[in-house]
Amino acid sequence: MMNTPQQVKNPSTSLKSRFITRFLGALTKINAEDPISSPSPTRIFQRYRRIKVASNKSMAYSVRSRRIWSRAMLSRFRSRRSAFSGRRSSVKTTNCTTINVTINENKTAKGGLDMQTDELRELVPGGEAMDVCNLLDETAHYIKCLTTQVQVMRKIVDFCHLSK
Amino acid sequence: MSGRRSGSGVSSISDDQITHLVFKLQQLIPELCARRSLKASASKVLQETCDYIRNLHKEVEDLSDRLSQLLASIDTDNDQAAIVRSLLM
Repeated sequence: MMNTPQQVKNPSTSLKSRFITRFLGALTKINAEDPISSPSPTRIFQRYRRIKVASNKSMAYSVRSRRIWSRAMLSRFRSRRSAFSGRRSSVKTTNCTTINVTINENKTAKGGLDMQTDELRELVPGGEAMDVCNLLDETAHYIKCLTTQVQVMRKIVDFCHLSK
Repeated sequence: MSGRRSGSGVSSISDDQITHLVFKLQQLIPELCARRSLKASASKVLQETCDYIRNLHKEVEDLSDRLSQLLASIDTDNDQAAIVRSLLM
């Protein structure tokens, strides 16, 4: 599935603003459900986890299904949610039909490069099933999104400090 | 780990394509950004990429941690408009 840019004037800004809106919405919700700053370390840890998940989820939802990595991440979230209901979740991969065959063939064809892509495949969501080209391309996009995430979260932290 | 030679229809990936994508990645990694004109080796780029992604993950965790402690101090609902404006500037 190719990603044809449609009316993308300034993609990073609109992705960023989508992420900001979603993430702030999630934070508001978390804040509302756990209003007073609890001294309990357990509650704080739970809140930390919820915020982290909210951050990753907000980004994945903002990218929607335009990327292999975001689809993999969204699928992961959905399967976690439906874990108790017993529903099967399927991960859609685009270019690669059989996972093992592709990776093995890459190994014989590309030698040393694939020893290192193993590590990268574990870090990029859905990486195990991508061919090398997709992996590198998806990685670049994933990094851009991660840096946006970090940038926005930093600004929110700064804002919290300022309004104290 | 099989000794099979590739024969089936996997998308033909040229070395040029790989080199280009690796170079594109290189430009995103701060560690390697300075060598804009020089192409770092693919394995170096991959190694730095993995490190960089791990760093970013760690940063997200640290910032989530800080937010979990700071969150109660702001009323995100009412401040939301102000935050969004300042973030998008």
